[in-house]
Amino acid sequence: MIPFVLCFVLFMVGLFGVIMLRNLIKIVIGLSIMEYSVYLFLILIGYIDGGTVPIISECFEQGPYVDPLPQALVLTAIVIGLATKALMLSVAIRLYKHYGTFDIREMNKLKG
Amino acid sequence: MNALIPLYVIVPLGTAFLTLILGRWLKDIGKYLIIPSMLFLLGLTLHYILQASPTSVYRVGGFADVMGIPVAIYLVTDGLASILLLIISLVGLLVALYSINYTKQYSAEEKYYALLSLMLAGMYGVVIAGDIFNLFVFLEIASIASYALVAFGIEKHQLEATFKYQILGGVSSLIILMAIGFIYWTTGTLNLADIANQLPDVKPYQMFVSVLLIGGFGLKAAMVPFHSWLPDAHSSAPSPISAMLSGVLIKAIGIYVIIRLFMNIFRINYEIALTITVLGTLSMIVGVFLAVGQWDFKRLLAYHSISQMGYVVLGIGIGMLVLATHGNEKVAMLSITGGLFHMLNHSIFKALLFLNAGSIEYRTGTRNLRKLGGLNARMPITSKSSFVASMAISGIPPFNGFFSKVIIILAAIQAGYYWLAFFAVVVSIITLASFTKVQKYAFQGEMPAGFDKVKESPFGMSLAMIILAVLCLAMSLLIIPGVRAVFLQPAVEVLLQATQYSTRVIGL
Repeated sequence: MIPFVLCFVLFMVGLFGVIMLRNLIKIVIGLSIMEYSVYLFLILIGYIDGGTVPIISECFEQGPYVDPLPQALVLTAIVIGLATKALMLSVAIRLYKHYGTFDIREMNKLKG
Repeated sequence: MNALIPLYVIVPLGTAFLTLILGRWLKDIGKYLIIPSMLFLLGLTLHYILQASPTSVYRVGGFADVMGIPVAIYLVTDGLASILLLIISLVGLLVALYSINYTKQYSAEEKYYALLSLMLAGMYGVVIAGDIFNLFVFLEIASIASYALVAFGIEKHQLEATFKYQILGGVSSLIILMAIGFIYWTTGTLNLADIANQLPDVKPYQMFVSVLLIGGFGLKAAMVPFHSWLPDAHSSAPSPISAMLSGVLIKAIGIYVIIRLFMNIFRINYEIALTITVLGTLSMIVGVFLAVGQWDFKRLLAYHSISQMGYVVLGIGIGMLVLATHGNEKVAMLSITGGLFHMLNHSIFKALLFLNAGSIEYRTGTRNLRKLGGLNARMPITSKSSFVASMAISGIPPFNGFFSKVIIILAAIQAGYYWLAFFAVVVSIITLASFTKVQKYAFQGEMPAGFDKVKESPFGMSLAMIILAVLCLAMSLLIIPGVRAVFLQPAVEVLLQATQYSTRVIGL
């Protein structure tokens, strides 16, 4: 149970970063932290105490296997996360070129 | 087993790939690839709809079910999916046609078409995915392509809008992923049809997952407490992309998934139905009040998108409420028909309005209503088509918006929700006022100095607008019972026979 609680705490830390911080790069880092907590949660779902790698072969010991499906999901989600982060950071760099700062309070072209 | 379904993803993905590869040598390849591929997919969709095959399934990889458990990735089309496929193909084709002239102002045209195709592939994927994780992956493909497209002009306000959009989109994706985790934890499956069978009948659990899903997809669909990104993103994007975002994206990856999940997968219960109805009503009212004071043409349209999507959600929500309280099924049917019909109509007239705004900006360089005026004489096609669209969105009789709004209001009255019917009428009147303002300031009145050289938009753009204006009238025909039975009835039946979704999909 404790890992799940910690996972949730990590999610909240990330959410705090996204909502409260004023620096574009820090917001992106906050979003990444949220993302990692969700990955961790998915991995925990498939985890079994004392489980082994889910490969049926003589080289590995038999026994209760951990669920491989959430691991596959996390791999896919990491690739998606990479694309999102890359795009987000490139937008942040472009914004820096326009405004000369990473502070979101300075960026107020859009109102209303 | 239907081998044609994967083409919905393969064709636009292939188009995006070929456009980028060949675009190095042939600058114009994008425009010549995307239009035939969209035409092909539109034909395929019409073939499905007219053939009236209720549900068909494609198993990726061809794995058969093991002991009744679906192991393959399912791609499913049914009545509800085909309505969305029709919207995506139709608006996608016309937007591509419009873009041919519009994108001349950009230096990297082939990248624009590649991203547009990617976005289309993602939206088609969301609609046909029969698997909740694939739905998530396709949703991300569509979202990432749309983030990039919003900032395509790399101006200050576009970058700002796209950053906001990305942050909120990213948070919503994570909430959705978390909900998927919870669903997999308890059901041990990701297949939508199988989830419907395996979902434990524990109320607190179902409510918790439902709240996560409503939060996530509500953010994607810009329902009212979650709407703050929409006006920025939709008004900053290049106009054809705004038409795509407002006309299709928020429906395909927001509203459609909410409808599918809460009517076919989860058991319909009263609390969720009430939440969805309240969200719809709030969107409808708040959206229109925010729209009234706007002077930026595209921003005004973006706020109206929130308001009109409120009508769609209201229609669906009343249907769910009636079903949850075991009321008259005829009323539920009427209400859901109204909601889906309005979704179809909104995609047509809102796409047209954004294309009008794009034409005005293309020729005059501004979209501030105070600086415009007298375009009636200079841009007759834009002016007339925007008049048609304005009347359609405000619900004036011969146009399509009238019929769908009347159906929703009648259903609300029959279901006994008189206040909701009253709000729907009031919002419609305010919408009319708001669009009268647009007509007055943009097309009537004195022409400002410096507009002497303004002329009608180029051929491709005009053609797209004319076709959409004709469709605004033609969609009214869907009210005729025979036509409605072909286009809308299959979708309504999918939603009314909520519990049969899983047996129909797995049984095939």
